[in-house]
Amino acid sequence: MSAVIHDTDHHDDHGPAYGWKRWLFTTNHKDIGTLYLFFSLAMFFVGGLMALVIRTELFQPGLQIVDPHFFNQMTSMHALVMIFGAVMPAFVGLANWLVPMMVGAPDMALPRMNNWSFWILPFGFTLLLLTLFLPGGAPAAGWTLYPPLSLQTGAAFPFAIFAIHMLGISSVMGAINIIATIFNLRAPGMTLMKMPLFVWTWLITAYLLIAVMPVLAGAVTMLLTDKFFGTTFFSATGGGDPVMYQHIFWFFGHPEVYIMILPAFGIISQIIPTFSRKPLFGYSSMVYATASIAFLSFIVWAHHMFTVGMPLAGQLFFMFSTMLIAVPTGVKVFNWIATMWRGSLTFETPMLFAIAFVILFTIGGFSGLMLAITPADIQYHDTYFVVAHFHYVLVPGAVFAIIAAAYYWMPKWTGHMYDEKLGKWHFWLSTIFVNVLFFPQHFVGLAGMPRRIPDYSLQFIEFNQISTIGAFGFGFAQLLFLYIVVKCVRGGEKATSHVWEGARGLEWTLPSPAPYHSFETQPEVK
Amino acid sequence: MRYGGGWDPAAPAGEVPDLTNLLENLDMRPFTTRAAACIGILLGATGTAHADWAVNMPRGVTPISRDVYDLHMLIFWICVIIGVVVFGLIFWSILRHRKSKGAVASQFHESTTAEIAWTIVPFLILVGMSVPAAKTLVEMEDSSDSDLTITVTGYQWMWHYEYVGEDVEFYSKLSTPRTAIANIDAKDEDYLLAVDNRLVVPVGKKIRFQHTSEDVIHSWWVPDLSVKKDAIPGYVNTNWARIDEPGVYRGKCAELCGRGHGFMPVVVEALPEDEFQQWLEEKRSAQQAAAGGDADRVARLSGQ
Repeated sequence: MSAVIHDTDHHDDHGPAYGWKRWLFTTNHKDIGTLYLFFSLAMFFVGGLMALVIRTELFQPGLQIVDPHFFNQMTSMHALVMIFGAVMPAFVGLANWLVPMMVGAPDMALPRMNNWSFWILPFGFTLLLLTLFLPGGAPAAGWTLYPPLSLQTGAAFPFAIFAIHMLGISSVMGAINIIATIFNLRAPGMTLMKMPLFVWTWLITAYLLIAVMPVLAGAVTMLLTDKFFGTTFFSATGGGDPVMYQHIFWFFGHPEVYIMILPAFGIISQIIPTFSRKPLFGYSSMVYATASIAFLSFIVWAHHMFTVGMPLAGQLFFMFSTMLIAVPTGVKVFNWIATMWRGSLTFETPMLFAIAFVILFTIGGFSGLMLAITPADIQYHDTYFVVAHFHYVLVPGAVFAIIAAAYYWMPKWTGHMYDEKLGKWHFWLSTIFVNVLFFPQHFVGLAGMPRRIPDYSLQFIEFNQISTIGAFGFGFAQLLFLYIVVKCVRGGEKATSHVWEGARGLEWTLPSPAPYHSFETQPEVK
Repeated sequence: MRYGGGWDPAAPAGEVPDLTNLLENLDMRPFTTRAAACIGILLGATGTAHADWAVNMPRGVTPISRDVYDLHMLIFWICVIIGVVVFGLIFWSILRHRKSKGAVASQFHESTTAEIAWTIVPFLILVGMSVPAAKTLVEMEDSSDSDLTITVTGYQWMWHYEYVGEDVEFYSKLSTPRTAIANIDAKDEDYLLAVDNRLVVPVGKKIRFQHTSEDVIHSWWVPDLSVKKDAIPGYVNTNWARIDEPGVYRGKCAELCGRGHGFMPVVVEALPEDEFQQWLEEKRSAQQAAAGGDADRVARLSGQ
C-alpha cells in the first residue's frame, strides 16, 4: 500500500521520452491523441487530392485527365481514405485527448492497446494506398465494394480487404478502450448523467463501432472467399445473392454514418454553451436523443437500397423507420438553438464553425428526409443529390465539427492561442467554398446526373464547373488550417488554464498546455 | 453510316458484341492540348453545344412520375418552411443575443413542455408526409395487368431489350462518337445520351419492365418515367410505366458497373399505338430475316 503511494509521488519524473521512440512506444493518451489527429490531417489531404482529381475530370464534359477506370479508383479510394483515414481517426484522436481529461482520469484505461490501435492505422493505410500501384489498380467498385463488380478488382483485392480488416481491428480496440475508460476511470462524483456530452456521444459511438465493424469484416471476408475459395455467398449461380451483400454491408454502413456524426454532435454540444455563456439546453434529452439515433441506426439500413427490388412491406418499413430519425435529430438541433437563445454570444472561430455546423448539417438533414421518402428516393438514388446530401452531413457536418474541436481545444493542447484572425479567414473561406462545392450538386442530381461517372451530358456543365471551383477553393483553404495549426503548436499568445470565458468542464481546470500526466489524483466532482 | 461506338449495328441479335475495348482506344490528346482546352473553357470559349441548365427533377410523362414529382416538391417545401423558421431563429439569436450588444446570458436550460412540443410536432409532420408517400409507393409497386412486357438486361456496358412474346430483341449501345468523348470532335446536344437502337414503346399502355443482368449490377433509369430499378445477375426485378405523351426520353445507368458506367445511356422512344405496332412488325420481320441469314436480300427487297 505504501509503495503505491510512494510511486505516485514521483510523477514529475515521467516526462515524455525524446525522439521517435516517444511516438512509437508511447502509451500516453495525449501523445496518442496527437498521433491520431496528425494522421487524420494527413489522410484528409490525401483524400482531398483524390477529390480534386475527380473534380478536375468533371470540370468539363469529355475525358480530359484520367481514364474512367482510374476515375473509379479515385471515387472509391477517396471515400475509404476520408471515412476510415480522416473522419474516424480524428474522432478517436479527440476522444484520446479529451475523454480522460473530461472524466478526470489519468489516462485511457488500456494504454498499451491504445498504442497498438493507433499504430495499426499507418500500416493499414500504407497497404490500402499501395494498391494504387498494383496491376489493375486500386479498388474501383466504390467504397461499398458491391459484388459482383468488386470481384472484378485486380491484384488489389486481397490487399484492400486485409487493409479494411486492420482498420476495423483498430477501430474496435479504440472503442473498447473508450468504453473501459468511461466506465472505470471516472472521477468520484462524475455520475453518468454528469458526463460532458462529448463523452456521452462517444460512449454510444463506441458501442456502435463494436457492434458493426465485425459485420463489415464478415462481409468483406465473404467477398474474399467468393473470389478466391469458390464460395458463392453473393452469386446466384451457386444459390447466393448479390443483394445479400448489400444488406450486410449497410447493416454496418448505416450505423457507420452515425459513428461519423454522433461525436460531432458531442463536440457541438460542448462548444455552443461555452460561447453562449449558458448551460446546454435539455442535457438529458440530448443524451436520450443520441441513444435513440443509435438505436434507430440499426433498423434503417435498407433505405440505401430502395432500388434493389425489396417487397413492398420492406420498403414501407424502412421508409417509416428512416423518417423517424428526423425526430431525435430535430430535438438536437432545437436544443442547440435553445442553448443559443438569450445567451451572450461571442463568435470566436470554434463558435463560427459550430454555428455553420448546425445550419449546414440541418440542410444535409433536410435532403436526408427527402431521401427517406421511398418513391422520391427512386429518383434521387445514385445521383449527385445523394452525393450532395452525404457531403453536407460529412464535410460541413463531421469535418467542420472536427475543425471546431481543434480550434476549441488547441489552446489546451498546445498552451498557445491560435491566430484568431487567420482562424476567421479559414472559417469564411471554408464555409463559402464548401457551399460553392456541394450546393450545385443538389441541382445536377435532381436534373439526372448519376454519381460515379467520369463524363456527363451537356446540361450539367455549368454546375459541375462551379462545383469544381468550390472544390479547389475549399482544398486550398485547408492548407491555411495546416498553417494555423503548425503556427499554434510552435508558439503564440499564452493560453490561460480556463481559455474561454464560458467554458465549463474538468479539462479547463488543468493548466494550458495540459501536463503530460494529468489527474493523477482524481478530482472530486460535485 | 458511321457509328462512333465502333460496333456493327447490324450484328445479329442474341450475340453479345465484344465491348471490352469500349474505351481502350480513346484518342487522348497530349496534356498541353488538354490544358489549353481547360483554359478555353474557363474563358467561355467552349466548342460544345450547351443544353439548358436544369435545376430540378423533371415532372415526367407518367402518372407515377408526376406523383413522385409532387411528393418531391411537397417535402421540399416542408423542408423550406422548417428551414426558414429554424435558420430564422438562429440568425435572430446571432444578431440580438450577442455579447457585444450587451446581451446578458439567462441561465435557463430546461423546459419539458418545449421538449415534448418539438418531439410531437415533427412527428406529426412526418406522419402527414408518410401518407401520400406510402400511397405512391403502393402504386409504383403494382406492375400487374400490364399490356406489354419488356425484359431489360444489363451488360458491361450496354442494354439488351426483349419484347416478351413478340419475337423482338436487340442490343442498345452508346452511339456518341469516341472522338467527341476524347474532345476531338464537338459534342452535340445528345452527348452521351444517344444510342444506336432506341427502346420503342407505345404510349397509353401499361408497360412492365423486367430487369436483370448478365454480369454485374446495373440500374436502368429514365427520370421522365420515374423508373429506376437495379438489374441484378440471377434475379429479376420488375417495375412499370404508362407513358402519356409521345416523345424521346433519355436516361442512364445509375449503378456503378465498371469502366464504362458513364457510357451506357437509355433512350426510350414513345410512339402512338399504331406507329408502335408498325415499328414492331418491321423490327420483327427484319430480325426473322436476319436470323434466317438473308438480311441483305430482305433489306433490298423492302427498299431499306
